Amino acid sequence: MTVISSVKDPVALSLVVVSQFNATPEQVWDVWEDPRKLERWWGPPTYPATFVRHEFFVDGQSRYHMTGPNGEQPHGWWRIRSIDKAHRIEFDNGLAGDDGEPVPGMESMPSSVSFEAVDGGTRMTSVSNFTDVEQMEKMIAMGMQEGTEQAVGQIDDLLSSLN
Amino acid sequence: MATGCEKITCVQTSTWLTYNHMVVDELSDHDVDRIFRALADRTRRDIFERVLITGLSVSTLADDYEMSFAAVQKHVGVLERASLVTKERRGREQIVHGNVPVLRRASALLDMFEQIWMQRDRQIAEILDEKGKD
Repeated sequence: MTVISSVKDPVALSLVVVSQFNATPEQVWDVWEDPRKLERWWGPPTYPATFVRHEFFVDGQSRYHMTGPNGEQPHGWWRIRSIDKAHRIEFDNGLAGDDGEPVPGMESMPSSVSFEAVDGGTRMTSVSNFTDVEQMEKMIAMGMQEGTEQAVGQIDDLLSSLN
Repeated sequence: MATGCEKITCVQTSTWLTYNHMVVDELSDHDVDRIFRALADRTRRDIFERVLITGLSVSTLADDYEMSFAAVQKHVGVLERASLVTKERRGREQIVHGNVPVLRRASALLDMFEQIWMQRDRQIAEILDEKGKD
């Protein structure tokens, strides 16, 4: 996997990450469509996701939770806005309450992912659009940041053990 | 509209971002709401991006938009109330400057989300690599 580019716009509050995988668009699509595969990568290693509902069609809904190292279980949801198999998905996602349902009045986050066959693999472009800083902070507080820091820590441990 | 400057702004902003990994926590949620309401308008975003690079007078800004001086001044007022810009009196002119620290919090958060996506992409690659070995 190679990260091709990452563009952050702090005024528009958007993030675009482009990566290339050594696989066909259908294979990359499959890790999004198959909930058992999706839950292996959506959350950080220390915050694995469990998708209890995953409807991969227009207006389809997903419900998931992540499980943190201390047993905490933040919930989240998706709703598919448009879908074009092995090419593009657009979906809204957001935080859910303890009942697993979207929190009323809380802004959702529009996201899109596109898949493009290129020489030797597939280029995947993910676009995240945030509403405001408060929303971003809530999503980070969901455990994603902790998971990210832990993953970085694991790499550091590995590197220092090699010395 | 001020065309031609948007691209330069873009490059400038991302270069500046590379050097900025600091979280600024002094803003309340109320402040943050005001900031992003101020930036909801395209002209205001354009003004804000331009004054981040260099201070500009209200009249210089007004020359570049197809609207009245008063309308541009009103936009600057909204940005000022959201603390995105400050105004400095220089002789008969008012110079508008971008307020860099308020952008830092947004960019620090974007850095975190970027890390999240890179981690996700690494995990996707691991799953795809397993398939290749079968």
